[in-house]
Amino acid sequence: MTTKSASTTARVQDMPNGPAAAAILAAGIGCFMVALFALLGDKIASFKSMMIFYKPTGPLSGVTTCAILVWLGCWAILHWRWSRRMLSISKINAAALILLGLSLLLTFPPVVDLL
Amino acid sequence: MEITVRSLFTLIHGMGFGALYLLACSGAIVELYRRYSPAAEAPVSRKDEAFLSRYLVAMAVLAWLTVLSGTYIVYPWYRATPPAGTSNLAAFPQKLLMASPSTIAWHSIGMEWKEHVAWLVPISITMAAFVFIKYGRNLRSKTEVRSTVLCFVLVSFLAAGIAGFFGAMLDKYAPVQGGNNIQLIHGE
Repeated sequence: MTTKSASTTARVQDMPNGPAAAAILAAGIGCFMVALFALLGDKIASFKSMMIFYKPTGPLSGVTTCAILVWLGCWAILHWRWSRRMLSISKINAAALILLGLSLLLTFPPVVDLL
Repeated sequence: MEITVRSLFTLIHGMGFGALYLLACSGAIVELYRRYSPAAEAPVSRKDEAFLSRYLVAMAVLAWLTVLSGTYIVYPWYRATPPAGTSNLAAFPQKLLMASPSTIAWHSIGMEWKEHVAWLVPISITMAAFVFIKYGRNLRSKTEVRSTVLCFVLVSFLAAGIAGFFGAMLDKYAPVQGGNNIQLIHGE
């Protein structure tokens, strides 16, 4: 029983954290892209008109579509590179959380107006 | 008792998908925090694990339905441009809010924030669902992964709360209305 439990614990710890790291970092990048594209649309008129993919929704359609495409693209690439790897995940988590925090901040209009 | 088609879709977007997401999110936070903590004593059964996987997938579906219905169904009605010379702006919520200094901030801060911050929700919860399905009960030993996923779920709750609050307030000051009337109940 003890041997079985020890081997299960070892298996769990050996499980690569690469897929989680890829998903977490890609999510951070995706969230940040929503804020970045929205910011660029707010500051650059030509970018804003370029982001109108669906006229009734306006630039929001392009901002969100591009952010989603970047997110999914990053996720696919990172997953392909990291899926079998055991990574030092602390820095990846920190980067993802910083990007997430920046996304929250940069979607807040009074902050955008200061830039 | 009647409701317009536009009001009905706004209701489905906000009170249906959005509010249900917020309710579900609080449950997911408690579950991820309590049951999957390394210090938790009770073992997690396969049945519990499968349930939470399905629960998180349902949340991700709700989050996507909320942002997609908001962006592509309700928002176009909100930002519709009135024909030149229109004096009654009741059917044009954005222009109605912008017409008065006392309500303009509901658009310039409320809607401008809501329309972007809401999109953090489906991205975050889709990631959380994927990580949970991949690792399940093993998240207990992957403490850093679990903490980060929990942070993303918390931010998704906050973002959904911001979007929900401003959605409710915007609908209070400038409701999205119009389209055919749907008779719900006949009065006496």
